Amino acid sequence: MTTEQYGDFQDIPSRLNGHVESLDLSFWTSSIPLKQRWRNNGLSADFLGDYVTTFFPLDESDSATKIRQAEIRSAVSYIANELLENAMKFSADSAGIPVSMRMYLLGNQIMLMESNGANIEQAAKLQTFIQQILSEDPYELYFRKMEEKATASAESGSGLGLLTMINDYGAKLAWRLESVENAVYVSTQVNLVI
Amino acid sequence: MTALQGEGYAVDYNADTGTIRITGILRLGGIIEYQPISELLENSIAAHPALTLDLSGLEFLNSSGIATLSKFVITARNHQGCAITIRGSSSVPWQGKSLNNLKRLMPDLTLTFD
Repeated sequence: MTTEQYGDFQDIPSRLNGHVESLDLSFWTSSIPLKQRWRNNGLSADFLGDYVTTFFPLDESDSATKIRQAEIRSAVSYIANELLENAMKFSADSAGIPVSMRMYLLGNQIMLMESNGANIEQAAKLQTFIQQILSEDPYELYFRKMEEKATASAESGSGLGLLTMINDYGAKLAWRLESVENAVYVSTQVNLVI
Repeated sequence: MTALQGEGYAVDYNADTGTIRITGILRLGGIIEYQPISELLENSIAAHPALTLDLSGLEFLNSSGIATLSKFVITARNHQGCAITIRGSSSVPWQGKSLNNLKRLMPDLTLTFD
């Protein structure tokens, strides 16, 4: 594997010519224990959700804007949290790449891009799952996985978080997997049109 | 009475009315950390002919939590003999997006939004 792209992966620098707002958070997963780090996922995700509401201000005379603002905040917070949880579970600091979460506001589109280092095995698992998402109906796949999960013993990494982004939030997902020395640089893009 | 609680959330169980109420923000780490909640939910199925799960005060739930609820609903469906009502709130955005999926897992489920 050298560089593989799946879905409509967007090259951000080429879109940065215009007036674009972005936020960037990065950290090393092994710098503090996972239990503490886990709490940080929620704080970071809520921060991103709150931050984005600045760009969708309330119109006090229109109650619909309040609902819309709450929905955007909730969607960003949910998606960012799932991406960060996945990064905690499936990244390898040994790859020498920090976990980063970037949020871009591109017109009527919010993009969350999470990047992390992964070992070859983690990357191969992700690739298998990506191919499954892209070749099957994500809605059917979701219910099949739920039924499997209800009878099988607990397992992680079934991709339910990614599937809910697509099914429940109408998000478009794309990935780039890039080979670096004995590791893979994985980027996941989640696009929400608002 | 409060049956379980942790940072940011509480689970109340009323055995008399057959009601379980989950409130707050739930972002536990994977199915394993949801095990105590999962056991409380699933043990209640056999104990009641009708059970209400009140989620109207549950502001946030991660996908592991959604998987936990789905597993509970599938267990109730397969057990039969226990009517399930889930109460959500239309002012909590994630519930409007994700709770309907539970209805597909168990068509007999009663789903209401306050």
